[in-house]
Amino acid sequence: MSTPALLLERITCTFASREGQGERYTAVKDTTLAVGAGEFVSVVGPTGCGKSTLLNVAAGLLLPSSGNVRVLGEPLAGINAKAGYMFQAESLMPWRNALDNVLAGLEFAGIDRGEAEKRAREWLDRVGLTGFEHRYPHELSGGMRKRVALAQILILDPRLLLMDEPFSALDVQTRQLMENELLDLWSADRKSVLFITHDLEEAIALSDRVIVLSAGPATHPIGEYAIDLPRPRDVNEIRLTPRFLELHAEIWHKMKNEVLKGYARSRKS
Amino acid sequence: MPEAARVEGESEGRRTHLRASRGRLALYHVLLLGGLFLFWYVMTEPGLIPPFYFDDPMRAKFFFGQPHVVFKRIWAWFAGGSIYLHLGVTLLETLLAFAIGTVLGLAFGLWLALSPTASTLADPYIKAMNAMPRVILAPIFAVWFGLGITSKVVFGVTLVFFIVFFNVYQGVKEVSPVVLANARMLGASRQQLLRYVYLPSATSWVFSSLHTSIGLAFVGAVVGEYLGSARGVGYLIHQAEGVFDIDTVLAGILVLTMFALILDFIVTQIESRLLVWRPRAAETERL
Repeated sequence: MSTPALLLERITCTFASREGQGERYTAVKDTTLAVGAGEFVSVVGPTGCGKSTLLNVAAGLLLPSSGNVRVLGEPLAGINAKAGYMFQAESLMPWRNALDNVLAGLEFAGIDRGEAEKRAREWLDRVGLTGFEHRYPHELSGGMRKRVALAQILILDPRLLLMDEPFSALDVQTRQLMENELLDLWSADRKSVLFITHDLEEAIALSDRVIVLSAGPATHPIGEYAIDLPRPRDVNEIRLTPRFLELHAEIWHKMKNEVLKGYARSRKS
Repeated sequence: MPEAARVEGESEGRRTHLRASRGRLALYHVLLLGGLFLFWYVMTEPGLIPPFYFDDPMRAKFFFGQPHVVFKRIWAWFAGGSIYLHLGVTLLETLLAFAIGTVLGLAFGLWLALSPTASTLADPYIKAMNAMPRVILAPIFAVWFGLGITSKVVFGVTLVFFIVFFNVYQGVKEVSPVVLANARMLGASRQQLLRYVYLPSATSWVFSSLHTSIGLAFVGAVVGEYLGSARGVGYLIHQAEGVFDIDTVLAGILVLTMFALILDFIVTQIESRLLVWRPRAAETERL
């Protein structure tokens, strides 16, 4: 196997508890995870299991307590410049219209305005938002905002995409449309993707590989499944194929216990 | 297409409806104002109604002035041109105090919000200075900076500064961490974060405080003039009070009120021009 696009080596993240002194909370423990070049990897796990922590480590927004992060073989220092990060929450600058939001990254890189605008218009077109250039985020629907966020990231052509439950706030129909659009855009140049979700169906439908995390605290991977479904896929149709159901049953069997554990823990506290 | 046209027509109808009700509202405003002035006239005109509080029918006129005299005074000021110098001085003081106070508040707000050390160090002093009744400072400023416009501007700045400062500080503290992390992931440097994220976010908070701060700049100018000066509307009012000329005092107050309203209107215009990106609470109108 060639150098992985992203390699997390024995990552542990421990947070000092806010209340008592000396009390610690270990979100992620001893996790090793690799995303190959051009591979679409999903990480699933029960809510509150530290999935986002792992992604923030990969993005360079959070320094792990121990362990190494390698991006294309190089150790990561500071912000991961090779990665695009799609957040779960609203991440667009509300004071910029769609066009200015999409070209923000180019502007930060010092590319001149005319060129940046041209490329931003191309990207807005590619995500189907021609004619919405001058709308502000609050004037766009949730799905449109996610498209703008996607264009904002892809315009910088990152080698690695980090996605933190990007579609979880959308309604089911919009969500499936966005998943198909994501697959289309991804198949054009096959970036490496680390996709975080709590939705197993979404994970299987999109990915080459699904990694299951244990319930927190001290989350670590407990299973890894290659998804051998043919591409190109349509997320609506693929959900009904026998192989999909088989994989779903197999992975869910592993996940169920962890979900129940997570649920029991959240009820206790 | 006909669907779109119908919707267009509907919103057109809604707009005229709204315009009509706005026209009626303006009429009510004028009627209310007229009623107030009429009440004032009736209560103060000697001999119009039998005296019920003051024994001497001339007393009410002496204490409360009379609307037609007040308006005659205002008319004489504007027609004769004697008011322009005073009004110009007051407005100049207001605008200077407002501009300097806002820039200082913005700069300090950004600085303290982004530098934890400076903010911890300055925190008790900022709190103390804000808690201090600063109107007391006006006479001291008159001693320090003379009776010209400097002392009024400095006084106005002390009032405006804190309003803007606290709003900017709050604005920076409340920048969405996700928007911030997103900008960092898109490659923004520290300076770029300041310019493209913190500043726009803080500006929106500054604008929400504009009405208050321009009002306070005005208060600063007038109070400063009132306490000691040779020019300005505050000075006119002070002079008239010295000789119990209530009509002139009230005329001065009315002129000040009018200009405060004009300033407020201008601020509203600027605000709606610059804050188009902010969602409004309700965008639908009831039919």
